[in-house]
Amino acid sequence: MTALIETQALSKTFTLHGRGGLQLPVFAGINLSVQAGECLALTGHSGSGKSSLLRCLYGNYAPSSGVVRIRHAGDWLNLSQAAPREVVEVRRRTLGYVSQFLRVIPRVSTLDIVADPLRRLGVGAAEARQQAAQWLQRLNLHEHLWPLPPATFSGGEQQRVNIAHGMISAPHVLLLDEPTASLDGDNRRVVVELIHAARAQGSAIVGIFHDEEVRNAVATRTLDIEQYQNQTRELAA
Amino acid sequence: MKPSVLLSVREAGKAFVHQGQPRWACRDVSFDLYPGEVLAVVGESGSGKSTLLRLLAARLACDQGSVHYDLRAESENEACGLADLADLSEARLRWLARTDWGFVEQHARDGLRMNVSGGANVGERLMALGARHYGKLRSRAVSWMQRVELDTDRMDDLPATYSGGMQQRLQIARNLVTHPRLVFMDEPTTGLDVSVQARLLDLLRELVDELQLAAVVVTHDLAVARLLAQRMLVMKDGQVVEQGLTDRVLDDPQHPYTQLLVSSVLTP
Repeated sequence: MTALIETQALSKTFTLHGRGGLQLPVFAGINLSVQAGECLALTGHSGSGKSSLLRCLYGNYAPSSGVVRIRHAGDWLNLSQAAPREVVEVRRRTLGYVSQFLRVIPRVSTLDIVADPLRRLGVGAAEARQQAAQWLQRLNLHEHLWPLPPATFSGGEQQRVNIAHGMISAPHVLLLDEPTASLDGDNRRVVVELIHAARAQGSAIVGIFHDEEVRNAVATRTLDIEQYQNQTRELAA
Repeated sequence: MKPSVLLSVREAGKAFVHQGQPRWACRDVSFDLYPGEVLAVVGESGSGKSTLLRLLAARLACDQGSVHYDLRAESENEACGLADLADLSEARLRWLARTDWGFVEQHARDGLRMNVSGGANVGERLMALGARHYGKLRSRAVSWMQRVELDTDRMDDLPATYSGGMQQRLQIARNLVTHPRLVFMDEPTTGLDVSVQARLLDLLRELVDELQLAAVVVTHDLAVARLLAQRMLVMKDGQVVEQGLTDRVLDDPQHPYTQLLVSSVLTP
């Protein structure tokens, strides 16, 4: 088995300069390694830093110390020190992220939003749209919504657009931030199947799943973030 | 395969003399821009971002440091590769500005010729490149007007008769018709109605993607930066206080000033 993403002594502390340099320690000293075909579920109460960890893994948050490494195009890349264009390239080809909230681009249709990651990989417009349509169908999103920008969609509809957008290009490393939070039972089951399929294809997955049933169904192991939080507190004290 | 740098900026700075004392409008700016990359330069007014843009586009000369650009060979006996803009002749710079670069002004009137028709505005850069065939010029103008969603029935009208949003789209067509590799934009959406702004941004985003344009976009609007640019540079008092991947800078700002900037935005 090959590890596809790993961290070493990863720590995150926010410094709020507007509050006199107030330090908000989130976690410290996280070592993790996720292999192809694995799904690591992050656990811990809300506010314990699960989403912050995912964001560090995506390059969206800058670690305070330690490193995030990802296997990209056959080599290990230190995401924390990579140039912006390298991170863009890693996200285009290797690293996918399904966030809790969809960032909507004005005027762009749902179908084009979902097709976009494939377009960026050089897939033709017609083919990309066709695959996007299959994903949206699979996720039971009504066809009459496809031509519309998702700004006015319900939470559950937006979440399914987000899942399709994040998974359509079959990234080798997939980060999922509560992908089923606003979904009903049928759609939760679809998402569980999609995660299984991604694992079977050899993706390494790190996710946050509040729903215990979903977590038990998809996770191959769990990591409790709170243990790293205690460490942070001791360090800060 | 490592792509080559398109624009390389090293410790660039510009000083203006104020009451006998030099005052740095911007200084110590360094970055490399690669083909297809879009860089947003943000900061409040007076932070030096427009001065920086003028240095990059060789509209002002550096008083410190340098700006290098990857020249395309236009004839056999001319140098190509990374060249210091300060070493180029006026004629070569003019050539660059007309062909390989675009410059989208905040006020479309500054970037358009107001006394010739919309269609002629689009055709002008092609004529500067030697195109003379009227029918071909006109058809290129028509196709670019369509691309920026302008009504081609209006192509013989003067730009003054266009709305603000139409003028801005005309200016974009005028700049892109020669397929530049690098476009400078100075607050391209400021002063437009919100709905017009959204349409223009969407258009810019598509064009930048489709044509693989590199761009430096000066804006004080962080939402514009997020939508258009993969990376950004935050300026304060003439200096770069933070730079990096756009979503990293906006979602996890490190510098006190960036934190203030991000936390001051009203989100509707």
